[in-house]
Amino acid sequence: MPDIWILSFSAVMVLVTILMGVWSARKSTTASDFFVAGRSVSVGWNASAISGEYLSAASFMGIAGMVMSSGYDALWYPVCYACGYLFLLLFIAGPLRRFGAYTIPDFAEGRYDSPLFRKIAVIFVLFIGFFYTMPQMKGAGTTLAYIFKDVSFFGHAGLPYWVGVALVGMVITLNVALGGMKGITLVQAFQYWAKMFAIAAPVFVLMAVHGHYGSQLGAIGSSVPGASAVAAIQRGALPEKAPRDDVWLAPFGPLTTKAVQAATASMQPEEKKAYLDRHQRPYSLLYTYSLIIALVCGTAGLPHILVRFYTNPDGAAAKRTTMWVMILIGVFYVFPPVIGVIGRNLMPSLYSGAGVNGTDGIVLKLPTQLGGTHGPLGSILSGIACAGAFAAFMSTFSGLLVSMTGALAHDVYGRMLRPKSTPAQRMSMFRIAAALIGCVAILLGTLVENFEINFMVGQAFAIAAASYFPLLFMSVWWRGMTMPGAAAGMLTGGLLALLGISLTSWTTFITAQAAKFQSLKMAEPGWFQAAKSISLSDFWAHHPLLRILCEQPAIWTVPVAILLMIVVSRMTAGRVPSDVRMKMLVLHAPEKLGLKQEYIQEHSIGH
Amino acid sequence: MPNPNRPPKDIHSEAFLRELMRRQLRLSAACGATFLLALLALPLLNYWFPEFMSRRVAGFTLSWLILGVVFFPFVWLIAWTFIRQSISLEDAEVREALEGDAAPDSRRSD
Repeated sequence: MPDIWILSFSAVMVLVTILMGVWSARKSTTASDFFVAGRSVSVGWNASAISGEYLSAASFMGIAGMVMSSGYDALWYPVCYACGYLFLLLFIAGPLRRFGAYTIPDFAEGRYDSPLFRKIAVIFVLFIGFFYTMPQMKGAGTTLAYIFKDVSFFGHAGLPYWVGVALVGMVITLNVALGGMKGITLVQAFQYWAKMFAIAAPVFVLMAVHGHYGSQLGAIGSSVPGASAVAAIQRGALPEKAPRDDVWLAPFGPLTTKAVQAATASMQPEEKKAYLDRHQRPYSLLYTYSLIIALVCGTAGLPHILVRFYTNPDGAAAKRTTMWVMILIGVFYVFPPVIGVIGRNLMPSLYSGAGVNGTDGIVLKLPTQLGGTHGPLGSILSGIACAGAFAAFMSTFSGLLVSMTGALAHDVYGRMLRPKSTPAQRMSMFRIAAALIGCVAILLGTLVENFEINFMVGQAFAIAAASYFPLLFMSVWWRGMTMPGAAAGMLTGGLLALLGISLTSWTTFITAQAAKFQSLKMAEPGWFQAAKSISLSDFWAHHPLLRILCEQPAIWTVPVAILLMIVVSRMTAGRVPSDVRMKMLVLHAPEKLGLKQEYIQEHSIGH
Repeated sequence: MPNPNRPPKDIHSEAFLRELMRRQLRLSAACGATFLLALLALPLLNYWFPEFMSRRVAGFTLSWLILGVVFFPFVWLIAWTFIRQSISLEDAEVREALEGDAAPDSRRSD
């Protein structure tokens, strides 16, 4: 039997989400209803809704897991997730709001008067969207496997990971296909506070019982074990796979030095020491910078964030909302690392596990540590944490699914394949598209059990950073951009990042599979041996610098994309839109001057 | 009342757009540079002064305290400054553009 508290809290969260979705979908039947509803809500609700959509499974489960497994270096993720929003606010959000573009395809077409560029942008939205859905699916699979860990499934102990992925994927897909996730301001706002409570409550209780953040961290790497300040902190013995305290606590730890460490695997001890002394720290500094660039610039490319950014009555309210969003997500991001730190002290056994038994499950499992001494409190808090996890991957996956399905049904089908289709045909196409995308997302989700949630999101950010960020930034601030320049830069940057990431992920995947076969004592099938022979792991061992540049490509792909945009735009300077000055005015002049209306008028007369 | 010392600004002129974009970019770039300076300096501090950055402050290492806790209020401060400045910048732009512009309807009469 699964734990009754955990099951009921999770069930309540799923039901409330679905019911609220259905209820608001009945109230808002058209797409414009959605925006009108959005415009009439207050700053507080709107800020909560934006934050609710922003905090995904990666934020809720992944960061804590990664801080626990990698230590200090993982702190860059929460900080840059929050800071990326600042970058968006400073350079991109204001002009985009004035321009009236709510999605990247809208902006791409409007800025360059090019339906072709809209098509390119739509296909890219779909493609990046799938990268974001994979970590959400992993979160779903991990959580369900944890909830039903004691159930036997066809002779298999515990619910297999892929069943959880398929189950949650199907429920959300059904919900979206039935139109249940359209008017979602209320649902998203509720889910933010659910997530906030679900992460803060366990942290406060755990800190009250086991010692606060500072003393928990103080116990790690403390040179004098049992010193008076840290005597109260109990610590489990670290398994062999866990990184040592000093390495874990200091910058440039296991996350950023993996490639160099792998390179020294076959070296003699002395040679190894000399090699590490020379290369380890510079390479991990490079890795850190590349990670920061990817995360800060990648936030601007989140397909479902810009839509929500400006469902406000006016510019001043939009700015106040943004301020509140930054505070709400900033406060949230303080908590996951605390779970990671306490987890290292109390549940070190997770270091030797994978999937739900690995560090990615720490947010759900850690509260059960209270079980022995505090009755059902541990189960209740673990149940609350599970409910928070459901809120996290449901809100983000629903948001992604809606925007991807919209792109497929509206743009690909409605505009490209069948421009003459009737609204009824498009409506049924929306359902088919939702089912199609849901199935692909489930399939992709089952493949990623061995990847860390947070790592995968970082990769998606790296692709967005090299494609959307240069596009938005340059289009807003440089009037000399042309459509060919924008397209060339965006596609080249995005594809180069994808190529680099795929090459290293392929090796990770093969290595993890090999370990799985070994642990199950199964013979490797023929196809796998063939795949293993091209796993590239020898190549990476000899070229650690190349591996870092492929695994974390933003440091070179972002400049390449921007450079390409400038060069190609200069070469095609004749194709700068003729009314570029008017476009720039609309992007930059205060809304009160009414240039937007003038622009729309001129445009409708001109065509 | 039209101000004789200050001719109305033609908001469709090249000069107006240039001035507009220059002022906005200057504000954004100043805030962005402050933020980037702090964000990009931290790895360098970790790199050059590892002993100093690993000193304990209330259990935290200094580096952990900065990145895991202090950084968030710092970012709020920048966001708050930017929002205040950009609202007053927009107000000033509107004021300047409309000042002395007695007959807005005649603006497009050409």
